[in-house]
Amino acid sequence: MPDRPLPQPTPTSQPFWDGLRARRVLLQYSPSQDQWVYYPRNRAPGTLAGDLEWREVSGNGTVYTFTVARRPTAPAWAEDVPQLIAVVELDEGPRLTTELVDVEPDAIRIGMRVRPVFSDEGDVTLLRFAPAADA
Amino acid sequence: MGLRGTAAIAGIAEWKPQRRPPGPYQFSTEQWAELAKAALDDAGIDPREVDGICTGGLRESATFVPSTVAEYLGIPVNFAEFVDLGGATGAGMVWRAAAAIELGAASVVLCVTPSMPIPPAPGGRAQNSGLGASSGLWGSPQAEFDIPFGNVAQNAGYAMIAQRYAHEYGYDPRALAKIAVDQRTNACATPDAIFHGQPITIEDVLNSPMIADPLHLLEIVMPASGGAAVVVAAADIAKRGKNRPVWINGFGERLAFKTPTYAEDLMRTPIGPAANRAFEMADVKPADVDMVSIYDCYTITVLMTLEDAGFCEKGQGARFITEHDLTYRGDFPCNTHGGQLSFGQAGLAGGMSHVCDGARQIMRRAGDAQVRDCDTAFVSGNGGIMSEQVALVLRGD
Repeated sequence: MPDRPLPQPTPTSQPFWDGLRARRVLLQYSPSQDQWVYYPRNRAPGTLAGDLEWREVSGNGTVYTFTVARRPTAPAWAEDVPQLIAVVELDEGPRLTTELVDVEPDAIRIGMRVRPVFSDEGDVTLLRFAPAADA
Repeated sequence: MGLRGTAAIAGIAEWKPQRRPPGPYQFSTEQWAELAKAALDDAGIDPREVDGICTGGLRESATFVPSTVAEYLGIPVNFAEFVDLGGATGAGMVWRAAAAIELGAASVVLCVTPSMPIPPAPGGRAQNSGLGASSGLWGSPQAEFDIPFGNVAQNAGYAMIAQRYAHEYGYDPRALAKIAVDQRTNACATPDAIFHGQPITIEDVLNSPMIADPLHLLEIVMPASGGAAVVVAAADIAKRGKNRPVWINGFGERLAFKTPTYAEDLMRTPIGPAANRAFEMADVKPADVDMVSIYDCYTITVLMTLEDAGFCEKGQGARFITEHDLTYRGDFPCNTHGGQLSFGQAGLAGGMSHVCDGARQIMRRAGDAQVRDCDTAFVSGNGGIMSEQVALVLRGD
């Protein structure tokens, strides 16, 4: 069984991954467009503005959508079903792909409040999400 | 603006999809040549009249694909397109061919999608990445931000679209299942369909294993092998061909994202703007079409395409499906070849099968699945995860 593929940071995305390793969620922000950006880019999507800067956010958000994958999505996840794959909408607006943890599959709801969970995997830290304490 | 409708599909060829073709296998270039010859014979056009090609990827040649094809065929061309739109590739080829012909850049364009296995390389097979349409190479956004969470290939993405749809508009599993059932009825009237002779019921669909909530096995397309080719020709050539010309009167194309996580509005699929443009260009309304052939990698794709292309109101897709008979003999014929769900999804030829389905109906060659007096067809293509979409409006005289 192949290993689960892990992200390899790029020069552009390195601050995001460094942030996660330090238990901080850093997002890019374009002051001229008042726009939060995910995933990391060298220019703001849409306008191609060149003023992206890193800002720390809470990492809190809501479940925008999810699925419970009963069959592995690829051979590397053969031992990991059910997979709780989700799209989380951060409070600042951007959506990201993630996995939900510390939750029963049947308890997941769209709109559920979630908090960031920092998962160290090898040299990188993945951003997963769990139900918020008040969810 | 747009096409005048002076280019037509003049010939088609399809290989019957197979789950595990026994071989011996041919290379992609060889398949290209076989399919091209079959479609030209179907049209009654001499290969020496060809002056344009549209091709997708070739398994054995990653780059310089069009010149490789032209050289292999021995056919110099004035127009060569490499089309990389996944399931929308076939429909994307056809409008590009029509546009080139109307511009005078070419007069006969081959659009070919070989999708059979190729011979195994000496010393062992290349390993499949298992990542489907996702790129795992360093620097690809999917490799860095999607694949590590198991958001790989297609099932999870479509399942998440369906879950969000359920949240916003409600979800009727029986209506979704009926899409697969009606299409299976069509496949049972189509001898080349992979599930010919195997009717199913709504209960069969709902009792099939849940793969990724809310998608059941029988709502998910089964990969197969096969191939398809379409010849697009200028009016004078099409009119002296063997078939009733299938005029390409309207098209639209829209793509804005690769991974649906980053869609601005996940509930408004790109087929909306693509279909609007195609209908407007052709001066046809959704109510005017005699049949639709809608890309059906999943049942949810059909439902959302019906809504976004304007066949029913947003959020009313399930009711529309329940109230209409989607079979070839029904009041809203949809995917009369069985759709990919029941005809088979042979790689890029799966998307092209919808073009062939529409063309075959207008040519009046659909046999037992023929829709009476079929003159106008709507065809959609959909690549990736509702990512890249193409609409065509096809008409007979």
